[in-house]
Amino acid sequence: MLWLPQSGVMRVSDFLKFMQMNLDSAVLATGQHLYLSFGSILLGMMIAIPLGIWLTDKEKLAEKFLAATAIIQTVPGLAFLGLFLPIMGIGVLPSMTVLFLYSLLPILRNTYTGIKGVSPALVEAGKGMGMNPFQLLVMVKLPIAFPVIIAGVRIASVYIVSWATLAAFIGGGGLGDPILTGIQTADINFILMGAIPAALLALFAGWFLGMIEKMVTPRGLRG
Amino acid sequence: MDGILMLTAEHLVLSAIGVGLALLVGIPLAILITRNQTIAGFTMAVTDVLQTIPSMALLAALMLYLGLGNTTLVVTLMLYSLLPIVRNTYTGITGIDKGLLEAGEGMGMTRWQLLRMVQIPIAFPVILAGIRVAMVTAIGIATIGVLIGAGGLGAPIWRGMQIMDNAMILSGAIPAALIAIACDIGLNRLENAVTPRGLKVSSLARS
Repeated sequence: MLWLPQSGVMRVSDFLKFMQMNLDSAVLATGQHLYLSFGSILLGMMIAIPLGIWLTDKEKLAEKFLAATAIIQTVPGLAFLGLFLPIMGIGVLPSMTVLFLYSLLPILRNTYTGIKGVSPALVEAGKGMGMNPFQLLVMVKLPIAFPVIIAGVRIASVYIVSWATLAAFIGGGGLGDPILTGIQTADINFILMGAIPAALLALFAGWFLGMIEKMVTPRGLRG
Repeated sequence: MDGILMLTAEHLVLSAIGVGLALLVGIPLAILITRNQTIAGFTMAVTDVLQTIPSMALLAALMLYLGLGNTTLVVTLMLYSLLPIVRNTYTGITGIDKGLLEAGEGMGMTRWQLLRMVQIPIAFPVILAGIRVAMVTAIGIATIGVLIGAGGLGAPIWRGMQIMDNAMILSGAIPAALIAIACDIGLNRLENAVTPRGLKVSSLARS
């Protein structure tokens, strides 16, 4: 039982009954949320990882890109959505676009520093074995940089799963919807219906990708 | 124009108070936990979980307990600012070269003097970085404060979205973006200014 000054006593059993009655909308919201998060992170990876690799030998240009994505990162979520509204309207498209943009910095920065950070001795060893740049990338640099890149994806994912709740503001669906409804009706059941899955998803993403990070760390580099 | 300036100021003040409170609680807390590894791990885990909870969710939950308005927003901001501040203060202090600590001890410094004259000055840029992250995050979260009746630039954005008035949306979104960027750049400059030349690391490594 939780005592709430506003709405009196709340029973866990009441909440469970509520969830039972509204299971379909809860599942829908969760599905939309996953779609938004997955979609934007995947897009982010598809752009930021190749970009990060390409930038590794272009330091000046890399700094400009990193600065640009860092600026994007600082823009408040709601403000960003607001900036895109006149251009893209409401719904999934602007939501995913903003989330995609938010995913860029962590992934780009980690890919860039991860590959740049590969010990020069190892790169030399590869060159000595006669590897061409492509082989160096695929057989030496990427495997070593991989855990750092995954760390970037992890950071981006936790961030995005959390901020995807804002999509509800512009009709993008997701777990922000029940939270919004809950705020407007001061009903804790709705709030929890959105908050609990959202928090769990974010925690799970962090944990899951953290596991993958550990798994892909070459045994020789394990801390 | 007047109204927007007021809202911008309000937005900044709310964010600053939230971060300020987190500083009051977080820095002493971080200093305390440097003494004990297990408590440190536990505290980091707790603040980590706090940060993972979507801000809108925490804001909504706190609203039910604390009501509508600025107070709830500020409490939420404080809770979200705790992680960057505690983590940065902790790693800033524990990351200090042991040799420097020994030098201080060798000079006869008490624990308190060590803290005040060696550890905090050296950790200062890292702590400032934590403040920077906290401030930018706070400005971001403060924009959704409008949902629970708080002030700030979220109001024109939200209202503009509801009545599909692009001008109104932009009148809130642009200042909000600008103050976030300004804070980031400003605090970054400050960070660089207070980093002793010998300790400067690449900006890439620290953000």
